[in-house]
Amino acid sequence: MSTELFVQYLFAGITYGSIYAIVAIGFNIIYNTTGIINFAQGEFVMLGGMIAISLLSFLPLPAAIALAVLLTMIIGALIEIIFIRWLKNPSVLRMIIITIGISILTREAAVHIWGENIRALPYFVGNEITTIGIMGARISPQVLWVVGVCGVMVAVLHLFFRTTSVGREMRACAANRLATILCGINPRNMVTFSFVLSAGMGALAGCVMSPITYSQYDMGTGLAIKGFTVAILGGLGNSGGAVAAGLLLGIIEAFSVSVVPLAFQDAIAITILLLILFVRPHGIFGSGEAARLKAF
Amino acid sequence: MAILSVENLHRRFGGLHAVNDVSFQVTAGQIKAVIGPNGAGKTTLFNLVSGALMPSSGVVRFQGKDIQGRRPYEIAALGMARTYQNIKMFAGMTALENVMVGCHLRGKAGFFSSMLHAPWTWGEERAVLKKSMELLELLEIGECAHVLATSLAFGQQRAVELARALAMQPSLLLLDEPAAGLNIYETAEVGRLITKIRDMGITVLLVEHDMSLVMDISDEIVVLCFGEKIAEDLPAAIQNNPEVIRIYLGE
Repeated sequence: MSTELFVQYLFAGITYGSIYAIVAIGFNIIYNTTGIINFAQGEFVMLGGMIAISLLSFLPLPAAIALAVLLTMIIGALIEIIFIRWLKNPSVLRMIIITIGISILTREAAVHIWGENIRALPYFVGNEITTIGIMGARISPQVLWVVGVCGVMVAVLHLFFRTTSVGREMRACAANRLATILCGINPRNMVTFSFVLSAGMGALAGCVMSPITYSQYDMGTGLAIKGFTVAILGGLGNSGGAVAAGLLLGIIEAFSVSVVPLAFQDAIAITILLLILFVRPHGIFGSGEAARLKAF
Repeated sequence: MAILSVENLHRRFGGLHAVNDVSFQVTAGQIKAVIGPNGAGKTTLFNLVSGALMPSSGVVRFQGKDIQGRRPYEIAALGMARTYQNIKMFAGMTALENVMVGCHLRGKAGFFSSMLHAPWTWGEERAVLKKSMELLELLEIGECAHVLATSLAFGQQRAVELARALAMQPSLLLLDEPAAGLNIYETAEVGRLITKIRDMGITVLLVEHDMSLVMDISDEIVVLCFGEKIAEDLPAAIQNNPEVIRIYLGE
């Protein structure tokens, strides 16, 4: 394989990989505060892109994206408040089925609002054919936007959890719910925050990826499966692991195109998911001992 | 003046009267202990006062407000901190971070300003850090500040838990068996720390099995047996109370 082709595949892999990582981190944030997998995570990405596209008719691009992210965060909060907050000690299975229901509901609402058309935001810089050369490969500037925005998001999130009071309280809630109550913190608010946070991250990722991958009402399911694979691969709840696993999956997918037909790309992700679930259910970066202590 | 008063408190679990018509008052600035044999209802009483359990009937009045039936985090926000018999640390966080979470109630930074790391939250963050460090120093575990809390020795974890409770700036501190699982040196140390906390002007209500600790530090003692209050007096008087001697030593 020539260097140009290699770099070309590598960048394609990193682009998709960073999106998977963001979706996986969205899973992790909610998993850490509630112990459930929110299968509606992919819908946040879809909503972010779709809302931004609609707003673009009234607003300039940056404002449309900012407002779309904000609206998706509000939707995330509403979903939590309406469907999850009032449940008293729900079982894990019940919560998961609720999130699958939310995902179907959101998708149906989206098809009624936006129809089945495939839409896209315009390229942030230049257009479809603008490219920049990196080591002989031709890369769209949007690729750098995706990678850059995802990278900044991960870094800001890390800072948020390490150095701010609300971030610390969310970690505390994940570590020991009872003890956070003793400190006068309402853990239900932390759960709402976690939905808001992962909705916002998903929506922003949905906006930056929209020019390359397009937005459609049913894009969430596929992303949720990939994101879930990555979250498991990196070890549930481990966001550093999710970044590494996301890039890994993206790159494997991209290079697989040179070996097997494009149509098999999704099959590869699902094969990896099954392999991991059979062989190392706690993920490559997770600890088996810690996994045994978790609810599932 | 009574900071906490419990009036005719009842709690039934099915046919069992875990707490049966218990009334007492805690005067501001004192250390009050609740003792009794196993199954006397001490921990249930604590759970009723701190909101972890709903009373079947009766009144819990804290600083003049009726608080029975309120949620535990609301009661904590009113200024009542508590610890549990088994230590509840935030795993994966350092001792210092554990204490900083306790400062939550005194913080003002909201979700969005925190998320954006807004400049006006930085000063508060520094103040929280300084305050938490001071509390660790006060409890004489300043050198453990940056160690993961769960890897500390048991007695040190107890001190971190006390520091975290103090970070809430409570007016009343409920301690459920603070000496449980500690050796005699650590027990004496915890006793000294509790006295120090009282001297800071914080009222302490504690449940404890270790009689030497209770007799040493308490200003007043309530004795429970099978859910009922059988005595309430000064430590010296409790030691000579025939009823108390009977339930502890048998006929």
